[in-house]
Amino acid sequence: MLDNEDFMLESSPRELTQNPLRKIWMPCKNGHIAQRRVCMTNCPTLIVTVGLPARGKTYISKKLTRYLNWIGVPTKEFNVGQYRRECLKIYKSFEFFRPDNEEGLKIRRQCAMAALNDVRQYLSVEGGQVAVFDATNTTRERRGTIIKFAEQNGFKVFFVESVCEDPDVIAQNIVQVKLGSPDYIHCNTEEAIEDFMKRIKCYESSYQPLDEVLDRDLSYIKIMDVGRRYLVNRVLDHIQSRIVYYLMNIHITPRSIYLCRHGESDLNIKGRIGGDSGLSARGTEFAKSLRKFIQDQNIKDLKVWTSQMKRTIQTAECLGVPYEQWKSLNEIDAGVCEEMMYEEIQEHYPLEFALRDQDKYRYRYPKGESYEDLVQRLEPVIMELERQENILVVCHQAVMRCLLAYFLDKTADELPYLKCPLHTVLKLTPMAYGCKVESVYLGVDAVNTHRDRPERM
Amino acid sequence: NVKLMWRFMSRESCHSVAPHCSNQMKILASVPQFCNSPTMIVMVGLPARGKTYISKKLTRYLNWIGVPTKMFNVGQYRREAVKIYKNFEFFKPDNEEAMRIRKACAAAALKDVTAYFTKEQGQVAVFDATNTTRERRAIIISFAKEKGYKVFFVESICDDPEIIAENIRQVKFGSPDYVDRDIDEAMEDFIQRIDCYRASYMPIDDERDRKLSYIKIFDVGNRYLVNQVQDHIQSRIVYYLMNIHVTPRSIYLSRHGESELNLLGRIGGDSGLSPRGQKYANALATFIKGQNIRDLKVWTSHMKRTIQTAEALGVQYEQWKALNEIDAGVCEEMTYEEIQENYPEEFALRDQDKYRYRYPKGESYEDLVHRLEPVIMELERQENVLVICHQAIMRCLLAYFLDKPADELPYLRCPLHTVLKLTPIAYGCKVESFFLNIEAVNTHRERPVNVDINRNPEEALQTVPDHI
Repeated sequence: MLDNEDFMLESSPRELTQNPLRKIWMPCKNGHIAQRRVCMTNCPTLIVTVGLPARGKTYISKKLTRYLNWIGVPTKEFNVGQYRRECLKIYKSFEFFRPDNEEGLKIRRQCAMAALNDVRQYLSVEGGQVAVFDATNTTRERRGTIIKFAEQNGFKVFFVESVCEDPDVIAQNIVQVKLGSPDYIHCNTEEAIEDFMKRIKCYESSYQPLDEVLDRDLSYIKIMDVGRRYLVNRVLDHIQSRIVYYLMNIHITPRSIYLCRHGESDLNIKGRIGGDSGLSARGTEFAKSLRKFIQDQNIKDLKVWTSQMKRTIQTAECLGVPYEQWKSLNEIDAGVCEEMMYEEIQEHYPLEFALRDQDKYRYRYPKGESYEDLVQRLEPVIMELERQENILVVCHQAVMRCLLAYFLDKTADELPYLKCPLHTVLKLTPMAYGCKVESVYLGVDAVNTHRDRPERM
Repeated sequence: NVKLMWRFMSRESCHSVAPHCSNQMKILASVPQFCNSPTMIVMVGLPARGKTYISKKLTRYLNWIGVPTKMFNVGQYRREAVKIYKNFEFFKPDNEEAMRIRKACAAAALKDVTAYFTKEQGQVAVFDATNTTRERRAIIISFAKEKGYKVFFVESICDDPEIIAENIRQVKFGSPDYVDRDIDEAMEDFIQRIDCYRASYMPIDDERDRKLSYIKIFDVGNRYLVNQVQDHIQSRIVYYLMNIHVTPRSIYLSRHGESELNLLGRIGGDSGLSPRGQKYANALATFIKGQNIRDLKVWTSHMKRTIQTAEALGVQYEQWKALNEIDAGVCEEMTYEEIQENYPEEFALRDQDKYRYRYPKGESYEDLVHRLEPVIMELERQENVLVICHQAIMRCLLAYFLDKPADELPYLRCPLHTVLKLTPIAYGCKVESFFLNIEAVNTHRERPVNVDINRNPEEALQTVPDHI
């Protein structure tokens, strides 16, 4: 930050113009302002996983990467196992990982270096903000190498260690993600499990967990027993604080998230966007079908959330169960275009209409919001969704697109064009490293509200 | 009146509506749904470890975000029971008489906790005492279990003698216990007081207490151990505790300079600065330079008037959409006279409950608090910050720092062209107000006497400040 010596007293203020797409006020000449909501990181951050195999490091890496990208922090993961597979082509057996296998050690060291090189490329050249270095990193020596690398390049380091001794959790882990790994594609289940257990053993003798005393100057979180307990040391900045908060809220208890829009509304039928109208007759039909669908699903302890707009509340009312209203789930605010038809927007605001098609994610309606704004206001909803178990969210088209993009790891570019038709429930079930999606159309007709990306700009 | 009820349910995630009551829109729970059973937060730690500091701050934060919370300081109960504090001998572990009194005080406090939960709709009670023995904690756990309260322990561990000494200087010397003592006497007595607890101190144990929910804070936030977080509110508490710090710093709050719409008595909008507003921006720059602040961060909203104000400072600033002025919906850019003419009922409803009232297609103060929460969290993390914002926003932020309740918040005075400097001190916040000597219109509207929807226009407009 600039200190007093750098203060310049301007006698004539710089002119401000409003960026037509994002509606952000900026000085006319090339100014030095931060347009982001908050400067999360001054220097890039290297997140380094630590832990024996089958402790959830890759699960955490992928999930964290997905979350950070969704909230707008460019993040990429670097899985050293991938590099090893590219180098080795064929995985024979656990013997590759034996601590006395010098050839193996050499290759593994090279792979780690190659990955770090790519990290440097991503953070220093390609504009990445966070890199997640996913490997066992179980020795103090290996971690020392990484720390030195980070120091040389001006990256902050944050360790995420996963410690778990529960044999059931580890077995479950292996079944979910290891059996399907390219390493075991030609093995049967028993062979694979046996080999993997021996692989874990290869690391155990040299494993030096992060130490409360020896590593007291490092920044890290130690996750114990899949989130029962956490040790957090020296959180340095905002992004590390957000990462810690996120990691402390996620869980792996099996559950499903149901997403749907409100039933068809009166304004939907008229082709008008926004507003706060009630359900049409068909919308009410849908609500009743939704009730039946939910009952048939036989869901344990289902929570139901709606926005504070009439059409989602009316939909939830038909379910006959308690529901919670979230203002954050309200549809995108179309500002001056509220309750207009697209034809009217084209007629009254042709420039705005064109700008929106140019960059639908960042485009902010005059006196309204952008998809980018939506993501920001939905972040607490996502955080609470992570904490919850079975849940049905009755929301709106733009909101549902944002939530879906989070769960399915869609980019900002794709997000505003995700298909979320009326009268269709999406059932998301976390599985392995991703999310299974089942789409159920409840058989009640409705208008189509989806506008594809136009071809000609 | 269903239409009105719809808009009054403005608090996110907190109203569970039973469908069979849809005709009357009966609200089952008018407190945030994220605490179903009440929660007891139980402090643990030797004296001078920051327990009361944490208790007060946490209570202030939870109340501000809308979770009714109250603090129960057992030391207070002891002072009421014992009237005059002689010396540390009261706390000696072999002082049976004193032990009896102290146990009775803890019991009295627990009784008041029950009353708070059952009669006053409290959601969280912060039980502030040393609670340094397993025995005492077992009593509390058993009490909570019997009543159906959740328990979350917050233990503060610190062995840095400098921090402890600073602590004693900051808050103990001013304590009623030491009001007639000189500093050295007080320091010596307090140190012996700490020693009385030390022998019997049993910190929360990682093994034996693995089923308990707790956070251990080491060395004022260097390190944390978090165990078995049960629910949303505990997760929020942990996040908050992990973001606060005790490094000395100041927070400067100011509104944008006077705007063109301010001059016309119109609310909201996105207008630029008036000539006087521009003068203020320059005066602010001079003021800030004169304050000689180390590493000052400057934040603005996304609205032209705050950005223009920041531009005059000649330093980097960050724009936060969350700092935008309250959205007055259909009333944007109206004068109060026009609102009275076009929406007299809305105008009256607003005066009836200015905190919860939401403008049609707009926001309420309650909504503002919700959207400002990440700003507050980041302010806690930061050190020296200048926030250039708006009237309603500044009222919300000020209410957080000065612990003002919801009914006072919308009437806090935040005049134009005045900088408030907040400096955390002891258990609270020192406020210094600097009017930078540039005239501006008054935008503060007091609550009128008559708030009935049938009042006449003169009564409604009684308190509107002057404008062009």
